Amino acid sequence: MNKTALTFRGGIHPPHHKELTEHKPIENTPVPEEVVIPLLQHIGAPCEPTVKVGDRVEVGQVIGESEGFVSAPVHASVSGTVKKIENRPCPVGRRVRSVVIATDGKQTIHQSVKPPKSVNLMDPDEIKRIVRKGGLAGMGGAAFPTHVKLSPPEDKSIDMVIINGAECEPYLTSDYRMMVEMPEKVVAGTKVVMKALGVVKAVIGIENNKPQAIKTLTEAVKDERGISVAELETKYPQGGEKSLIYAVTRREVPSGGLPMDVGIVVQNIGTVVAISQLFETGMPLVERVVTVTGSAVKEPKNLMVKIGTSFKDVIAYCGGYSEEPGKLINGGPMMGIAQYTDEVPVIKGTSGILVMNKQDAIIPEPTNCIRCGKCIDYCPCGLQPLMISKNSLLGRFEEAELYHAMDCIECGTCSFVCPSKRPLVDSIRVAKIEITKKKKKS
Amino acid sequence: MDNRLIATSSPHIGAKDTTTSVMLDVIIALVPAAIASIYYFGFASAVILALAVGTAVGTEALIQRLTHQRITINDLSAVITGLLLGMNLPASAPWWLPVIGSFVAIAIGKQVFGGIGNNFINPALAGRAFLVASWPVEMTFWTNPGTQITADTVASATPLGLLKTSPDSVQPLADVILGRIPGTLGETSAILLLIGGAYLVYRKIMSWKIPVTYIGTVAIIALLANGFDFMIMAYHVFGGGLMLGALFMATDYSSSPVTSKGKIIYGIGAGLITMLIRLYSSSAEGVTYAILLMNVATPLIEKYTAPRVFGTGGAKK
Repeated sequence: MNKTALTFRGGIHPPHHKELTEHKPIENTPVPEEVVIPLLQHIGAPCEPTVKVGDRVEVGQVIGESEGFVSAPVHASVSGTVKKIENRPCPVGRRVRSVVIATDGKQTIHQSVKPPKSVNLMDPDEIKRIVRKGGLAGMGGAAFPTHVKLSPPEDKSIDMVIINGAECEPYLTSDYRMMVEMPEKVVAGTKVVMKALGVVKAVIGIENNKPQAIKTLTEAVKDERGISVAELETKYPQGGEKSLIYAVTRREVPSGGLPMDVGIVVQNIGTVVAISQLFETGMPLVERVVTVTGSAVKEPKNLMVKIGTSFKDVIAYCGGYSEEPGKLINGGPMMGIAQYTDEVPVIKGTSGILVMNKQDAIIPEPTNCIRCGKCIDYCPCGLQPLMISKNSLLGRFEEAELYHAMDCIECGTCSFVCPSKRPLVDSIRVAKIEITKKKKKS
Repeated sequence: MDNRLIATSSPHIGAKDTTTSVMLDVIIALVPAAIASIYYFGFASAVILALAVGTAVGTEALIQRLTHQRITINDLSAVITGLLLGMNLPASAPWWLPVIGSFVAIAIGKQVFGGIGNNFINPALAGRAFLVASWPVEMTFWTNPGTQITADTVASATPLGLLKTSPDSVQPLADVILGRIPGTLGETSAILLLIGGAYLVYRKIMSWKIPVTYIGTVAIIALLANGFDFMIMAYHVFGGGLMLGALFMATDYSSSPVTSKGKIIYGIGAGLITMLIRLYSSSAEGVTYAILLMNVATPLIEKYTAPRVFGTGGAKK
């Protein structure tokens, strides 16, 4: 391992299991018979449907929009007929109003989808408008609307863009495949982001367990002014925004603050690839790369999937379950959300579908905290998870707040290392929710 | 299949370590010194250690049974308490000494406060302190290694005892380091205890901070108090219960600080109190009370040594 690789304090080295899919090129998946497109796939205001049951829709057509600034429209990923608009299970963990479309298989493209003029002729506001219209939201998992990130308030001066190619979640290889297979898109999208923010410096951060990606992108940026590749130590949560910014710049995002407070905007690899697609063809975000992997899926793959395709269809395309699944996760094993059904759709934030077998899914029983202090040693935020957790479990949320519960990024490192298998991050999440509730009341 | 999917919150994977594996590592680290005590003191030592461990485990199971709790003897923590208590006894100890000691350690030192992780003092030291206060003669009846213990056996003095009373007749330093000296079962072989400690640091079970600051403080004070006489310092470091205490007793998770800076303050504090007792009290040894006093200071130390939270203070903006 390279000793000069950049990194942060704390963190862990979970087994990465990327060998299951890292050498598998991205495959296109067939158009499913039906897609379910949730009207809320981002952090922010939900969209209102702009189509009715019975309407014919085409690829790239807007089907949901919102007036709110922190929001992103949703588009049809297929051509076909709107069958229903109703609440459906969504991988974020609750039922969300969704547009159900029966596909016709023709994939006719909506007339609104036209390549825009050259980015070079646009001003930043125009770029942001197009990004918003394209329905872009962070594709690393949290799905924060991209145009909002590109619109920092006047008083925040941004001097650098960091492109997050860390992909520190075990199992996931979707970002890796994009970096290796479409480096020109990564670079093109990065340049759009730089132009929108008016910055001249961008760094693409990649963990050093992906030497091929580092090599390919270093080659791709060698004639680009202001864009460079940074080799990061392979360590979880290297791809967390705060850890990534610290590793690359040594700047610490202040407690309670945002990356823009230290002059940085972070974008995920998938997002910049989608941006480049949008500015090249005018096609909004209607498909994404998903890593389908784990011990209970027959043929793990990296797939280009239409938004709204059910997990069930995606897994069927991978040869189905190889054994009875025990756990189905939207995202990676550290921060992904476990599903109770495979009839949930792939959404903008679905970077992976992880299928664990019964054995892997067994949850060990928690025992007393032995105060070994491992959670403190490894916490990337400098917190004392055992103290926050203890107070949270006792309902002492004020005390939990004094131990900086709100600074927790919920990366799950504490729960991972805990030898007593205590639900540390779970109880910290509860504390955060209770503290936020109380703040709203007062 | 749907209703059989497990839907818990993240993370969905965990490290292999368990409480039991951690405790097993501590036992592995203690075994060489325990075997050495049997080598030096013979079968009597094996009996004492077995009685101490057996009583500790039995007491834990019994109390958990009577109070309708989950029986957790499989986590092996009671084995460690028993082993440490046994290693804190002289080879001449009558059979009931380890039994009473282990019972007090587990019942009053640990289970009363809620079992593993909740004891605010080291249970084995609580047991030892109880025995020293109740049976001071039996607890300090030191014999030379190899001595057959009979009614006529005469007591020998420990190196630290001699250092205090007649420094000229103290045992050679090599014997002190190897463990061929009178003392408790576990405090005799400094070398094997150090190897065990190094193993725990290597396995990341234990931080180096408490043992290093504790032993370092003792060494520095010994030097300062004795005109930089390195021989006397060596006796202080290797001669008494310091190795066993600093490596295996002061580092008890439950009763020592969890914070990094806290561990350093705690180690220095324990070193200071140990030397205060050794130099200025009537007692030759001070490790037990030094650790117990620092145990009760632990919550206070933790309060003032919280780690710096990422993004607060001192950071480049």
